[in-house]
Amino acid sequence: MDVAIIGIGLHPFGRSPTLTGQQQGASAIRTALADAGLTWKDMQFAYGGSQDGGNADALVNELGLTGLQFTNIWNGCATGGSSLHAAYTAIKSGEYDIGVVVGFDKHARGAFNPKPSDWGLDDWYGESGMMLTTQFFAMKFQRYMHDHGISNDSLIRVSEKAFQNGALTPTAWRREALSYEQIANSMMVSDPLRKYMFCSPAEGGAALILCNANIAERYTKKPIYLKAAAVRTRHYGSFEVFSPSQAMNVADAPTVTASKAAFELAGLGPKDVDVMQLQDTDSGTEIIHMAENGFCEHGEQEMLLREGATKIDGAMPVNTDGGCLANGEPVGASGLRQVHEICVQLRGEGGARQVPGSPKVGYTHVYGAPGLSGVNILTR
Amino acid sequence: MTQQIAIKEGLFTWPAEKPELLGSRCIHCGEAAFPAQNDCRACGSRETEITALGNRGTLWTWTIQSFMPKSPYLSDETPETFKPYGVGYVEMPGGVRVESRFELIEGQVPHIGMSLDLVILPFRTDESGQEIMMFSFKPAEE
Ligand SMILES: [Zn+2]
Repeated sequence: MDVAIIGIGLHPFGRSPTLTGQQQGASAIRTALADAGLTWKDMQFAYGGSQDGGNADALVNELGLTGLQFTNIWNGCATGGSSLHAAYTAIKSGEYDIGVVVGFDKHARGAFNPKPSDWGLDDWYGESGMMLTTQFFAMKFQRYMHDHGISNDSLIRVSEKAFQNGALTPTAWRREALSYEQIANSMMVSDPLRKYMFCSPAEGGAALILCNANIAERYTKKPIYLKAAAVRTRHYGSFEVFSPSQAMNVADAPTVTASKAAFELAGLGPKDVDVMQLQDTDSGTEIIHMAENGFCEHGEQEMLLREGATKIDGAMPVNTDGGCLANGEPVGASGLRQVHEICVQLRGEGGARQVPGSPKVGYTHVYGAPGLSGVNILTR
Repeated sequence: MTQQIAIKEGLFTWPAEKPELLGSRCIHCGEAAFPAQNDCRACGSRETEITALGNRGTLWTWTIQSFMPKSPYLSDETPETFKPYGVGYVEMPGGVRVESRFELIEGQVPHIGMSLDLVILPFRTDESGQEIMMFSFKPAEE
């Protein structure tokens, strides 16, 4: 049995000062329901999550107390991916025919400030100034540059592309293209990563209506099929954030195992993918994720980026809506924003940012603390 | 005389003439961890022992913390007195890479593979006037 996405909705990312996180989640659901020609009463189940926006199941206060099964999901940066995975299995198992997944968030301005105890760490680790995600991503990429011959040029090109794409995306937060020089000369945050190479916490909501593929044509002329959903966590030796020590032997990242599992489920390979969303917490991670997801060899990214391969009209378009760099990262909503964008592209509704050549296969990938990854493969 | 106490017991030998980092080693699979762990993350064994990890290592990766971090960072500095510091993973002879601050030398760009020596430095002064001592590294003098 296949699972189809028949409705998509986004509450614009960035800042919505007059709305709570939950209201932004409800707004995304209303848009997705309208897109599918359905009402909230038609939903048999819901999965949803948020980091700082409150409980997802409280959305019934906005949308109506219909008695549906509503399960809260919290799984770090893979919250959206895990919600989608839960919906996918709920429909595949035959238990339900139609339901919704939602993610939303509303973070305070500036970087996240984590509590060491939440991560099973002692206070000294945070007090001494080593508990910053920006440091981790910088150190991870510093080593990657050393091992695979990648230069600063690649980092700048990823950001340049992100803001170019953001400028073409009405729902994006950062809608102004930045020049190569502006990015190259922006403030150094954590060597080698500069200001315009990091995404920021933000606000927003995203929702998807899913159903048994057998009944999808009742609701839409353009169903998108969710061919695979996989979530994986880290193995011993994987280089992850908030680790006071690392093993000598570096293991494959959770991205590698999630990606392999998803391709196997879908019966497809990296060469089949026409448009992709790769987690870009910073420019460096997008570069690493091109290879970890199997789309190129480690080290090939320098040449691919110079050739413009990841631009909208390139051979492997990445983050056509500007990704996290241009949309910000409301943690609960970010993974579903990726799936939303892939649906837009596969439906051919991308407007100024539409990938040419009627893409057929799309791919989404999230990665985050404390070492987990979620991958989805979609087709039309 | 100012009293000096470790930021946390068990991270390094202190006081000591030649302090070393302290970690744990699994008696089944031999994997080392820092700080010391009761359980082994590699094989799941519950039998680990405290082990000295050494006091000289090589830099495996690095970055520079160029602005003063917000909470949970806790130092005596103000944004005006804050001085950028290095953060890296230092490959120790004990067989593990330890995340640590390291001292920056004016005009010298850190590089992967550089040799570093463990130093125990005053990090801040607490309410009762005791100096809180923290491990760090500085470029080795050959
Ligand atoms: Zn072991």
